[in-house]
Amino acid sequence: MAFLQLKSVGQTYFSRTSATTALEDISLSINEGEFTSILGPSGCGKSTLLSIIAGLLIPTAGSVMVNNKPVNHPHPKIGYMLQQDYLFPWKTIEDNITLGLKLRNQNTDEHIQGAFRLLKEIGLEHTKSKYPSELSGGMRQRVALVRTLATQPKMLLLDEPFSALDYQTKLKLEDLVSSTLKEHGKTAILVTHDIGEAIAMSDNVILLSSNPGRIFRTFKIPKTLKSLLPFEARQHSDFSATFQQIWEELEHIEQNDHEQETS
Amino acid sequence: MSKMITNKKHLEFLLAIKKEKRNIRIVQLLIFLSFFSMWEISSIQGWINPLLFSSPSKIWSLFLEKASDGSLYIHVAFTLGETVLGFILGTLFGTLLAALLWWSPFLSKVLDPYLVVLNAMPKVALGPILIVAIGPNFGSIIAMGVLISVIITTLVVYTAFQNVDENYVKVVRSFGGDKKQCFKEVILPACFPSIISSLKVNVGLSWVGVIVGEFLVSKQGLGYMIIYGFQVFNFTLVLMSLLIIAVMATLMYQGVEYLESKLIKHHS
Repeated sequence: MAFLQLKSVGQTYFSRTSATTALEDISLSINEGEFTSILGPSGCGKSTLLSIIAGLLIPTAGSVMVNNKPVNHPHPKIGYMLQQDYLFPWKTIEDNITLGLKLRNQNTDEHIQGAFRLLKEIGLEHTKSKYPSELSGGMRQRVALVRTLATQPKMLLLDEPFSALDYQTKLKLEDLVSSTLKEHGKTAILVTHDIGEAIAMSDNVILLSSNPGRIFRTFKIPKTLKSLLPFEARQHSDFSATFQQIWEELEHIEQNDHEQETS
Repeated sequence: MSKMITNKKHLEFLLAIKKEKRNIRIVQLLIFLSFFSMWEISSIQGWINPLLFSSPSKIWSLFLEKASDGSLYIHVAFTLGETVLGFILGTLFGTLLAALLWWSPFLSKVLDPYLVVLNAMPKVALGPILIVAIGPNFGSIIAMGVLISVIITTLVVYTAFQNVDENYVKVVRSFGGDKKQCFKEVILPACFPSIISSLKVNVGLSWVGVIVGEFLVSKQGLGYMIIYGFQVFNFTLVLMSLLIIAVMATLMYQGVEYLESKLIKHHS
């Protein structure tokens, strides 16, 4: 059974002068343990879609279901990770990673110890009493991952979590996030505009077209790549073929957009 | 070898910084000393009217006299107490009001023109009304100190509240946090630097409010000493009070800066 289901979700933003449709007729279902990437040109409503799934935004059309129950507020089993770490600079790392537990009223010893274990797992146990400003960008994003995982969500929403990092750090973090999520059996949705990242990390890739955002195509990533770590997957021969395929589809979308504009 | 050269260069660099700092201090001290000695000399020589401008030596001896009979401490303590209370309450009420505006966008839109008008209005003009309403006492002086700083604090802090990065709020909301938790976990701590800097502005404003308040009603305090000195044409007393106020206001400002360095060490 699908863990997450979207039924013809649409989102329209209203302003004084216009109504802009950001998303239209998005239907998809994601099974437990799957890693799905949402790929598309900028302005295709990727982040809006993620906010809707996170329960931060109620869609103007359609519905979101988790375990067959509608979602209309932030679901305790869904964790959200933003583009930048957004660690609170006035809190220590310890207070940052236990923030979710505090807000969800789960700050029992057991859960807090769990958060510390996660911090140890990603190799940052020594930073517990430090402040975010004392950590590097990559370390901060790792702490943000721990913060998100600390409340033990079943599904993680990743909103371009590596886009603010330098390339090397990004590649390392892809491996870390991928293996951590697999190990803990998490379901994940990654929003990105990086084709390589989408292929290397996911089981499925959903391509969105823009204006309004619609599902254009869904790709299944070859089994040979799925079992590999993102960094290894990037070296594999199947990687470039898949890359080529998605690249062409994206070109397609852009052409369509262009024709729409000129017509 | 190259390391030694680097070290030497570094030492030279540090020395240059030290030298500059020392020079700044020397010039500052020079200005201070020459101001007071020029004042003294001009007064003795009669270049300025000694009745009106007094002289540092006269002020100093008056200061010693007032300090030894103890009357000075009462006046200083009185005014200082009022000012501290006025600026703490002003900042507190201002922040509370800002929180209220943040909480209710409707209220903030409704109150917007009123706040603009109130901010532009000279609050000291309300003095006479306050005195009649509250009575010619301690209360109306405090009220003046609060009134003069509360609106500007509200505006500054509310603007800071609005400028907090939405994404921090998003983090709290994604963990199911409600509006109250957003305020407590994000908005308020993120704005501590702005609140502290409005505290700095309020130090000066509250002195204005309290001194004007004392002009109008008081039988004690530095503002009273100024107005009394003016009435009996004792300008030595007026200038001494003024100098004490300058020293006190500076000390309070330093105190707030110390508080700032303690409280917001880790804000980046």
